[in-house]
Amino acid sequence: MTPLLSVRDLSIGFGRGPDVVRNVSFDVMPGQTLALVGESGSGKTVTCRGILRILPKTAQIRSGEIVLNGRSGGLDLASLPERRMRDVRGDAVSMIFQEPMRSLSPLHKIGNQVSEVLWLHKHMNEKEARRQVLDTFARVGFPDPERAYDSYPFEMSGGMLQRAMIAMAMVSKPDLMIADEPTTALDVTTQAQVLGLMKDLQQDTGMAMVLVTHDLGVVANMAEQVVVLNKGRVMESGSAALVLNDPAHAYTRQLFDAAPAIPEVAELAPALVEEDLILELRSVSKTYRMRSQSVWKPDVLIHACRGVDLNLPRGKTLAIVGESGSGKTTAARIALGAEPPDAGGEVLFRPERGADTVAVHKMSRAERTAFQKQAQMVFQDPYSSLSPRMRILDALTEPLDIHEIGTRAERREMAERKLLSVGMNPDMLQRYPHAFSGGQRQRLSIARALMLDPALIVCDEPTSALDVSVQEQILSLLEDIRDEMNLSYLFISHDLAVVARIADEVAVMRQGLVVEQAPPDTLFYNPKHPYTKALIAAQPTPDINRPINLKLVAQGAGSPESWPEAFRFSGTVIPSLMQLEPGHKVRCHV
Amino acid sequence: MTELPDGRYVDDEPFDPKANIQALERRDLDAPNRVLVWRKFKQHKLGLVSGIFLLFCYLILPFVGFVAPYTANERNSDYLYAPPQSVHLLHEGKFIGPFVYPTVAEADLVTFQWKFVTDTTRPMPLQFFCEGSDYHLAGLIPSNRHLFCAPEGATVFLWGSDRLGRDVFSRILYGAQLSLTVGLIGISVSFFLGIGFGSIAGYFGGKIDWVINRVIEILRSLPELPLWLALSAAVPSNWGPVAVFFIISIILGILDWPGLARSVRAKFLSLREEEYVRAAEMMGASSGRVIRKHLLPNFMSHLIASATLSIPAMILGETALSFLGLGLRAPAVSWGVMLNDAQNLASIEIYPWTAIPMLPIIVVVLAFNFLGDGLRDSLDPYAD
Repeated sequence: MTPLLSVRDLSIGFGRGPDVVRNVSFDVMPGQTLALVGESGSGKTVTCRGILRILPKTAQIRSGEIVLNGRSGGLDLASLPERRMRDVRGDAVSMIFQEPMRSLSPLHKIGNQVSEVLWLHKHMNEKEARRQVLDTFARVGFPDPERAYDSYPFEMSGGMLQRAMIAMAMVSKPDLMIADEPTTALDVTTQAQVLGLMKDLQQDTGMAMVLVTHDLGVVANMAEQVVVLNKGRVMESGSAALVLNDPAHAYTRQLFDAAPAIPEVAELAPALVEEDLILELRSVSKTYRMRSQSVWKPDVLIHACRGVDLNLPRGKTLAIVGESGSGKTTAARIALGAEPPDAGGEVLFRPERGADTVAVHKMSRAERTAFQKQAQMVFQDPYSSLSPRMRILDALTEPLDIHEIGTRAERREMAERKLLSVGMNPDMLQRYPHAFSGGQRQRLSIARALMLDPALIVCDEPTSALDVSVQEQILSLLEDIRDEMNLSYLFISHDLAVVARIADEVAVMRQGLVVEQAPPDTLFYNPKHPYTKALIAAQPTPDINRPINLKLVAQGAGSPESWPEAFRFSGTVIPSLMQLEPGHKVRCHV
Repeated sequence: MTELPDGRYVDDEPFDPKANIQALERRDLDAPNRVLVWRKFKQHKLGLVSGIFLLFCYLILPFVGFVAPYTANERNSDYLYAPPQSVHLLHEGKFIGPFVYPTVAEADLVTFQWKFVTDTTRPMPLQFFCEGSDYHLAGLIPSNRHLFCAPEGATVFLWGSDRLGRDVFSRILYGAQLSLTVGLIGISVSFFLGIGFGSIAGYFGGKIDWVINRVIEILRSLPELPLWLALSAAVPSNWGPVAVFFIISIILGILDWPGLARSVRAKFLSLREEEYVRAAEMMGASSGRVIRKHLLPNFMSHLIASATLSIPAMILGETALSFLGLGLRAPAVSWGVMLNDAQNLASIEIYPWTAIPMLPIIVVVLAFNFLGDGLRDSLDPYAD
């Protein structure tokens, strides 16, 4: 059988620099999915953009051929004239991008943007195009295609927009669809549903797919063939079953080992001992008031957090898990005193074992200064958490400078010690943050958080912007320093598999409410709440034999009105958090 | 490439699974921001050339008295509206160094004009490092040395002379002293106010932000030219030229700050969301410290670029006011004051060289725009 797309010895470089993609070869068979896997900087995106020749201006295809044996016979895309290339793009080969929010024009209705493909390639009139687009919208799972057709991108959620993007890529019935990290920007439950949809569509239409991803779990669920890229070179390529079951190359094995997975647990974990609490959140709520559009309508109240009770014992890790908009970040900001809770809620902090608690939101000036030394934060984006103008030395010693601790020499020595403890050389002190990779910068911000010898660190998705192998290293580092310095973590994440490894207790949040709370092993062994079940089921694991259970995901990830009777929120009636087993709480009607 | 029996390809080059976590990813970005900006700015040729030109212009300002053959208000009553003279090197095919031909004014009794007749038989070499009329070097050191001056019995009006017989070339050099510095003083005032109000509005938000924004909108809605006119008409006419100069530049600055304040505010709003700012706040840094240590350094380069782009407006503003006779007044010399002489069409038609001061204005304004563009393009050295 002739492959649909055959890439041979493709090399791409920028400007006069060295090749960023070197001698990459692969074949895509009709109706099959090929996954390009690699970390950031591996050249996977450049490769897939090279196929359609939509590279940045300074990049050139230096050698190789890209043969497409599609509907119009064999074409070498690497040497096709630009005019003919335009006929290929969006017609025989279409593409889906990573950020659905940024890939659709905010000024045009979604239906319009999708029909454009048909006007351009099929020369359809508006009515025919509309009919076909509505069909496609129904197929990609829009509950009301007519309404979706007339919506603007900002009226839709990320998951829905990505469906619209898929519809746009599908509507011309392409031979090949290239998907560049189509689900990386989405929540895990949405990701599962979008992946399921893509797989279904592929089975229906028989198109082939090139899927670019960094996640071996996604590969296991989607692909027949895998190409593992590292630094622009193919490390290993072959059928997904073989590569994932028995990685032959050391790099594949490394990726495989680093991939977070939800462990299979055989028994319940004992309840977490709750004595000597360093931090207590007591019925913390936060309501934001959004000015309504019209003078006559009342303002809209948004409940970011509703009655959150959480206890963090000293030396332990409490993780808050939830999708975007679940209120997990608001809860963390309130815990650190960055925002006040609504009346009635309070946050108590106990600096030392046996000491009196301080209410975080009613502190005197002196108490606040002391609290700021005790509680630190590690941020999500390593690229924006260090000021580009400050040398590492200045960034690390800034907290000491603010609190006027030590002399210059002492501060410097302290910074050297902390750098060593996060695994970096002290000679990095004179460098600037932009010289470092994301993982290194995250180490530096951890070092900065450690400078004041805090007792509590709030980690706000510290690994979600990092590659999997780096994520693994950072999590190990966080675990090591926690045990070494007896730190307590409040760990915010959207990823249950990440949390599985570091947390002692997990609170799952949805729409501002904690829906289930337990030690991770209990949660994985005996998840009760449909949303928790959906989160666990949606986690892609790099194991061909454990595909995502879409039914479980769909059940739990829907709106709280669609949950089974026992868990349903209806209107103002919200079930309360019930203790099922020791240390395992679920929000349900008894 | 090795092919395994099961049909897989595996790269067979040696691979080190334990990559060194100490290795720097972008060694080229390990430098202070100014070095990175300079590296990028160097590639913007037009901006670089403009920058060098402007630097040269400003460096020469204290020494214009030395460069100019005449002083600003030195009159040659025999040479009213003398046309530009050229400097020659060859006389009848023989090299005799730079020289001028003497000119003599003759009355044309048909058109009732003075005609300047060049005597091409007598080459008169220019004198160098000669003694001429008195001036103060850098406004302080009295001196009477000039780089070059006309030989005894001849004149050297490179760009002609004006209605009082003053050398246009020398006056342009002297005019540069005021015209170029008015922009700097104006921009300092505007910088001071703009950064102050802009950062307060951007950092604190809420009510203060609202009030400052309304003030900015009101100021921007006032028609600019009439306001300038009104303000400068309010300057007492018995004030000296230096006092008027300062007032004019401050007026220009006061009217310019709202634009700057807006861009400062916008930049503040976006920088405040950066995580390093939030990190500093959570460490307990005071607002003053956050603004000084984190926000200002990170957008200083933006400010410098936008300031560079607004200096031309100041220069043009001063020119416009002086042209209308409401800015600087004689005996002060600025390009605008000189253009005041070229107000009517007839004089431009008959004596086109009186409009020459437009040239330096155009060149300087363009140079500032190119420089500003170059700076703006190289502001973000990290984006690649």
